[in-house]
Amino acid sequence: MKKVKNTIVKYKLFFILAGLAILLLLPLVITKSVYMRHVCNVLIFATLASSLNIINGYSGQMCLGQAGFFAVGAYTCAILTTNYGWSFWVVWPVAGCLAALMGYLVSLPTLRLQGIYLSFVTLGFSEIIRIIAQTWTPVTGGNMGIKGIPFPIIFGKELFKPHDYYYILLATLLLFLFITSRILRSRIGRAWISIREESNAARSLGVEISRYKSMNFTYGAFWAGMIGAAYAPYVNFVDSSQFSLDTGFDALAMVVIGGQGTLIGPIIGSVVVTVLTESLRFLQYWRFVIYALIIIAMMWVRPQGIAGASNSILAGGKIRRSSRKKAISRNR
Amino acid sequence: MMSKNRADAPVLLEARGVCKYFGGLKAIENVDMTIRKGDVFGIIGPNGAGKTTFFNICTGVFAPTKGEILLHGENIAGLTPEEIARKRMARTFQNIQLFKFMSVLENVQIGCHINTKTRMFDAVFQTKTYKKDEQYIAERSMDILQKIGLEEFAEMKAGNLPYGSQRKVEIARALALDPEILLLDEPAAGMNPNETMELREFILQLNEAGYTIVVIEHDMKFIMNSCNHILVLNFGQKIFEGAPEQVKANHDVQVAYFGKGIIARG
Ligand SMILES: Nc1ncnc2c1ncn2[C@@H]1O[C@H](COP(=O)(O)OP(=O)(O)OP(=O)(O)O)[C@@H](O)[C@H]1O
Ligand SMILES: [Mg+2]
Repeated sequence: MKKVKNTIVKYKLFFILAGLAILLLLPLVITKSVYMRHVCNVLIFATLASSLNIINGYSGQMCLGQAGFFAVGAYTCAILTTNYGWSFWVVWPVAGCLAALMGYLVSLPTLRLQGIYLSFVTLGFSEIIRIIAQTWTPVTGGNMGIKGIPFPIIFGKELFKPHDYYYILLATLLLFLFITSRILRSRIGRAWISIREESNAARSLGVEISRYKSMNFTYGAFWAGMIGAAYAPYVNFVDSSQFSLDTGFDALAMVVIGGQGTLIGPIIGSVVVTVLTESLRFLQYWRFVIYALIIIAMMWVRPQGIAGASNSILAGGKIRRSSRKKAISRNR
Repeated sequence: MMSKNRADAPVLLEARGVCKYFGGLKAIENVDMTIRKGDVFGIIGPNGAGKTTFFNICTGVFAPTKGEILLHGENIAGLTPEEIARKRMARTFQNIQLFKFMSVLENVQIGCHINTKTRMFDAVFQTKTYKKDEQYIAERSMDILQKIGLEEFAEMKAGNLPYGSQRKVEIARALALDPEILLLDEPAAGMNPNETMELREFILQLNEAGYTIVVIEHDMKFIMNSCNHILVLNFGQKIFEGAPEQVKANHDVQVAYFGKGIIARG
């Protein structure tokens, strides 16, 4: 296992370039539109789950309302492009910023809350957004939703085929990974993690935890909004049912299954859950039972998720015996 | 190490009539204290005497029920821990509070937080500020780890270290903040005699280098050999304050420690 890790680290650049090449060429290999749709769904959920992972995985705040931020992004895009004729490219960042603002506002009263209380507030927020979307008919279309959301146009070409749209979604995820990995390698990322690990110690070292929790929430919400805005034209139609709590829980399941607090985890989680959902479709509603069993089994066998390290905080705080012994003997 | 005339050194941290009540429990009752620049100031007392509570008040974890804490003459009672950290007061915890699943190096890097300025923008675009900060953080943390003798464990998860070394990581992390005054809550607990001796040497070196140290310890030898001034607490009250020899000779202190006679509570 360690050998594998070392090889990966050694040829990191090579692996990244090879991975990028595969991703860029994927639409040429997958010719059927149906399959490409699945790939696009994986990308959408991978980004949504990743945005949630920023909050849950890195700063350890239990947010259950990611569907709310996703909805804010999607509706902003749908309303401004469909009803006001704005260009998608202008709307996109605006939607992200609006979701970020929501994230900031939600974070304010929740700064003093932890664990289950924070979960309730975020859950409530998500439902409020959904109910507004359902009832504010003049703006959101109410139960009818918003239809015919225009596709983004790039170089005069309308991106409506999943094969083309794939690149927008891929770019979103890659941009997210690039920016986030940079933040995580700075004092901001370290501050987030220190809050997750031991907030009292973080405070004693001068980390303004309120500020950093807020920033963390805002940043996570921003990306949920961005992917929401990219999602709306892709499905061409939004209504409130797409943003139920289930959507938030799906994202959470992906984060948990893939591995919290790692960049790759939510992406793996998204692939796994999507593949499972599609391949178990013939079981109809019974697939949810299978789905639940898998999550329970996961929590049992590998609580840190597929990509999580065996010594991550989620592995139940198990500290590896061997390395501890090594430390003791080296200390002598 | 200690200045000949302690009274000549400027006052750094001062407690005036500090009380802390938890409901009916008077954990700290009317304690005065004066810590001067260059001190290695010991706080001793039996279990439950209120030593840790007193540290928590000084560092902003609790606001005192009554009284003032003055740092450089400015009242800091009621400020948050992060505000107080910015005033260059650092601490360690009796119940070790490491970032267990971060590496030893990362633990120390977080200690550099207040001395760096990187913002989101700097981090994303890797501006000059970011590069300067990261270089400063890398150098400073490795330097501290070397000084405290933990450099070979830099990449190890902090929670994997033996107990004694974990205490050292806490001190290293606090030092990264570049504190003027360092509060250590039972730093030698869980260390073997050898480690304790090394720690004592290290603390005295820090003191030489200009740090003012406040230390809570149960190990009397440790306290008597390293401190120039000692405060004795019992049931939340100050029962004595003075130089080590005076403390050793004091009747009340002996009573508190050896239980001769009856000590009224409250
Ligand atoms: N947060 C709290 N809430 C209620 N009571 C507390 C709290 N913290 C401390 N106490 C009580 O205050 C008293 C003093 O505790 P403190 O931890 O300060 O003692 P100490 O001198 O550090 O003891 P030790 O040597 O065992 O560490 C104890 O009776 C303790 O139970
Ligand atoms: Mg104590």
